[in-house]
Amino acid sequence: MTSARIPRADEDARVVVVGASLAGLRGAESLRLAGHRGPLTIVGDEPHLPYDRPPLSKHVIAGEMAPDATTLPHRLDLDAAWRLGAGAAGLDRQARTIVLLDGERLPYDRLLIATGARARPWHDEAEGTLEGVFTLRGRDDAAALRAALAAAPKRVLIVGGGFIGCEVASVCRDLGLPVTLVDPLPAPLAKVLGLAVSGFLRDWIAAAGVEVRSNTGLRSLDGRDGRVVGATLDDGSTIAADVVVVALGAVPNTGWLEGSGLALESGALVCDGHARVRAQDDGLHPEIRAAGDVALWPHPLYDGRMVRLEHWGNAVAQGEYAGRALALGDGDRPAFAGMPEFWSNQFGVTIKLAGLTEGADSLAVVQGSLKDKRFLAVYGRAGRTVAALSVDCARWLPAYAEAIAAKAPFPPIANALDQPSRLGTLDPSWPTPPPEVSARG
Amino acid sequence: MFPSRKTSEMRVVVDLNRCQGYAQCCYAAPESFELRGAEILVYDPAPSAEHRGRIERAAQSCPVRAITVQADEPAAGAGR
Repeated sequence: MTSARIPRADEDARVVVVGASLAGLRGAESLRLAGHRGPLTIVGDEPHLPYDRPPLSKHVIAGEMAPDATTLPHRLDLDAAWRLGAGAAGLDRQARTIVLLDGERLPYDRLLIATGARARPWHDEAEGTLEGVFTLRGRDDAAALRAALAAAPKRVLIVGGGFIGCEVASVCRDLGLPVTLVDPLPAPLAKVLGLAVSGFLRDWIAAAGVEVRSNTGLRSLDGRDGRVVGATLDDGSTIAADVVVVALGAVPNTGWLEGSGLALESGALVCDGHARVRAQDDGLHPEIRAAGDVALWPHPLYDGRMVRLEHWGNAVAQGEYAGRALALGDGDRPAFAGMPEFWSNQFGVTIKLAGLTEGADSLAVVQGSLKDKRFLAVYGRAGRTVAALSVDCARWLPAYAEAIAAKAPFPPIANALDQPSRLGTLDPSWPTPPPEVSARG
Repeated sequence: MFPSRKTSEMRVVVDLNRCQGYAQCCYAAPESFELRGAEILVYDPAPSAEHRGRIERAAQSCPVRAITVQADEPAAGAGR
């Protein structure tokens, strides 16, 4: 779409980055590395410089890393004006102006939106704000949860069996704390990995001493004198717990864009394949790009399916893509096609996933074995390789990621060194309801 | 324990998508990088400036170039 292209930025073009996040930082760096020297302002609602989130649910809550040690390195001197602790309140796209919560107005010529996502809160606000109930998303959340775990709680209850919930459960066991994990699916991580794999993970998690309560929802979080004392399950049974971690995924931070006229879908900012944001009525805004957890965009590797990825690597790659496009213009730049990839450390292993498992109809363990807690499994969909899962087999993963990028048949590699002589194909066995976008929850 | 360090320190981040557990960083800068189990890399994201030489060797020795280092503390400047 020629009309949606922008030329190289004028030398004095004003660039604003909303979101002092990983995606915002990498976007700003790329803008400078691409040679843009005009005024750059970076807006963040927290008082902190951009920091790294993955350690928060691992080493920070374990007490082995100070929360403020997570501040991210900058790859160059950004020469930016920072507005930290003053989030954006609104966008006037006709006037090309950002309005901050403190009333300051920031005009822009080019804008990068990287406001990320926030933890999905417990649905009942009174219950969710009981003392002892936590969500885990930001650095201050992690500091607060760390303090609670250090106070030797009698039991930690984790609500939600996604990656964050499992990582927190793993840390709790490392700390010797009794922990219960409650999840509506038959096994933790089943939504992203399928039951064929997550059934094994469930056994490891239980063997580590986590009480896993699958196939059940929570009716309520229960408090006394303003403090949480436990929870009531769907069947009416209760669990006593003095710390509750609500780990139900994240929702995009786009409240400040309501009324802006930009298109939102389930709260996510709708973009085209070049990270250009879409308006509700009048097409694309090529001068506004979005990157990271906030963006919903068509992935060319998956037939243009709209995806929103809460991945560290996507924040980096998409941030860099958007920063370059804002500085250099579009030219013939191809659409963004970053490989979805993430990792998790829990229960003594590293889990890595490349690609998207959504809709996979077959699964083959191509290296190692599930029983040995060390394997590489490939997911196929309609005869094509769509994802690869590594548990402590990271050196094999890039070869399979290449196969995914090449849209190779399934399974992509046979008769390789150390593979089983015959590759059996399994049903990934998706739980009902079927998985939504297989972003990290 | 990787403690809080507020001034004139280095900053490190490792792309753990790229990391394949070759552990060369752990040999180059053992006080700042540690491998747990087969593939869990634990590192100090804010190492003391006195380790600068070893940290830079760690970054250079990484076979998959996963380590990013900033020699000075990031600062929230006023810009212009």
